[in-house]
Amino acid sequence: MLKLFLTLQWKSFIRSASFNKNLVFKILMGFAALYFIAVFSIMGAASYHIIEDQLQRNPLEVINEILIFYLVADLVMRYLLQKMPVVNIKPLLPLPFSKSRIVHFSLWKTVLSFFNIIHAFFFIPFTIVLLVEGYPPVQALAWLAMVAFLIYANNFINVFLNDVDAIFYTVLLIVAALGLLTFYGIVDISVYTAPAFMAVYEQPLWLIIPALICLSLYVIAFRYFKARLYLDAGLSAKQKEVHSEDLSWLDRFGSLSVFLKNDIKLIKRNKRSRTTVLMSLAFIFYGLLFFTGGIEVYEGPVWRIFAGLFVTGGFLFSFGQFVPSWDSSYYPLMMSQNIRYRDYLNSKWWLIVIATILTTVIASFYLYWGLEVYLAIVVSAIYNIGVNAHIVLWGGAYVKTPIDLTSNKKAFGDKQAFNAKTLLLTLPKLLLPLGLYAAGHYTQGPDLGYIFVALAGVLGFVFKEKVFDIITRVYKTEKYKTLHAYKQKN
Amino acid sequence: MIEIKGLSKSYKQKKVLDISSLEIPKGQSFGLVGNNGAGKTTLFSLLLDLIQPTTGQVLNNDVPVQSSESWKSFTSAFIDESFLIGYLTPEEYFYFIGELRNQNKADVDRLLSGFEDFFNGEILGVKKYLRDLSKGNQKKVGIVATLIGSPEVIILDEPFANLDPTTQIRLKKILKTLQEERETTVLISSHDLMHVTEVCERIVVLEKGEIVKDIKTNPQTLRELETFFSGEILNVEA
Repeated sequence: MLKLFLTLQWKSFIRSASFNKNLVFKILMGFAALYFIAVFSIMGAASYHIIEDQLQRNPLEVINEILIFYLVADLVMRYLLQKMPVVNIKPLLPLPFSKSRIVHFSLWKTVLSFFNIIHAFFFIPFTIVLLVEGYPPVQALAWLAMVAFLIYANNFINVFLNDVDAIFYTVLLIVAALGLLTFYGIVDISVYTAPAFMAVYEQPLWLIIPALICLSLYVIAFRYFKARLYLDAGLSAKQKEVHSEDLSWLDRFGSLSVFLKNDIKLIKRNKRSRTTVLMSLAFIFYGLLFFTGGIEVYEGPVWRIFAGLFVTGGFLFSFGQFVPSWDSSYYPLMMSQNIRYRDYLNSKWWLIVIATILTTVIASFYLYWGLEVYLAIVVSAIYNIGVNAHIVLWGGAYVKTPIDLTSNKKAFGDKQAFNAKTLLLTLPKLLLPLGLYAAGHYTQGPDLGYIFVALAGVLGFVFKEKVFDIITRVYKTEKYKTLHAYKQKN
Repeated sequence: MIEIKGLSKSYKQKKVLDISSLEIPKGQSFGLVGNNGAGKTTLFSLLLDLIQPTTGQVLNNDVPVQSSESWKSFTSAFIDESFLIGYLTPEEYFYFIGELRNQNKADVDRLLSGFEDFFNGEILGVKKYLRDLSKGNQKKVGIVATLIGSPEVIILDEPFANLDPTTQIRLKKILKTLQEERETTVLISSHDLMHVTEVCERIVVLEKGEIVKDIKTNPQTLRELETFFSGEILNVEA
């Protein structure tokens, strides 16, 4: 029986639409996976010495202090991205399998999930370094086992957390508050949790507690899942009462308003687009790596622009590059309705511009690191609006991956990211402004660099209509291919 | 109203549609029948410029569909769920289509008020997104949306499928009214010979992409079609 389940699983994996894509993509995916594994492993192995050198403290203690936040972050990531594989269960229900078996199998399947395995690449190297440094093996291994149990506890919490948004957001709020309190040193929850984690290291018998937690969460998840194994319960999509929205205040945008209203609903009402927008907010903080001097290689002056492009371009890069795939599920409607491509694209362009301006305003906290830093951000924002917004929309014409709005799967790493044409288009997106800045910076100074980049942005803005003519033409010639591709649902 | 000249579509040398000429005058209610794979949806997709023809062209009110886009303002269609926007409520969807066809909210509301029967209380004010409606109710929304803005050409692919009997009868009534007004050219495809003979004044049978019958509907038509389709099966068996 298990063998049967496993073959089903294997087939669903190798025959999935995304896996059948071209070889280049598979190789690139492989490299990407290896890259992440390598990064995590190196971090795991190196963090011991980094902590020791930088903080002059016992690395294990430091890790134990952080561990609680690490686990919470993990849970949040899981909530946003890891899905229970309920869809595959439906066809199994009427077959002669016991329900318990189906549930056990589904739960065990999550055990092998990427979200669990990835942690091993950090904690195992870290533990190996502990052993090399002469920590007692039994204790170090007990500590590692505890971490594993807690990670899996998270895995099972996610099974039932997935269903209840309200609980999730309350937990998130409480934890965020505690995190802030800890950061500002008012209350420190790690004072309570760190000794608990340390206790397992000092007395491996305590390992029984995380093991029990993990086990009981498995049982709870099992019961929860099993009780909902009906088409109208856990296996059905949740339905909330919804209300029509007017949004007529957007009518001032004229003929664009039709699409703007729609796009705002699109973002608000679909899980995938909401996640994307949340992710784009995270980009705002990317600059901290550069401007706080945390990482030495990023100290070069050119990197300021690089950081600025990402700080202000989060929405542009994460939402913009998927235009028009956001509308993939009803693209035939859009193509047969009384719609002008220009209006349609213009609306997306406005969304990007508004989001870029908003992030630039939010990013004003970078003023803390000096006017120079914020200037880099503003200049990059101008470039993003003037040039990158066009390029992203242009690249979109070649993007032919349908998006399933209601699911978060593949929110990271759609294969289209490796589309050769979109890859080529990243050159003007990132390298050109860096080059322009470098040209200015090394001939006269930062000011000329900023002027160059901003000028490019303004020029792009001036020629917007011309560029839109070209983009509209590209969209028209690509129309049939796009329609065909969007039909291939995953 | 619609003129098809030498239209064909092939996939890898396999012809799926081949129509040398077909003319549909204004105001005609036109029915398209044929077995699976006969090319009905292919023909409709070509009329809407959703796929490119291998040869030939389609003129919609003298507008060449493949090169101009001005036919879009007087043509509407409902082929499948990909003509619905899943995350909108039915009202929002109607208003959205209305705005695209230059109809304000009041216009749309006036039109919708005529379809309360047809909606049977399951569409307006149900506080659900379209993606959460049943297949039949989604279809009702799609069909009514094609009527917004008094288009001159309406294309409906399998409008009767998935509808409950009451709604089927009501839909037939709607289509007959359109036929009597003689303003709108309605193109319908269907597997249901009875429905299609009831609402269409002309019926074209497609087989393997070619027109094999072109009938002006009369009392014998249903019989004729039934003989044709059952005869086909007999031939295969023989």
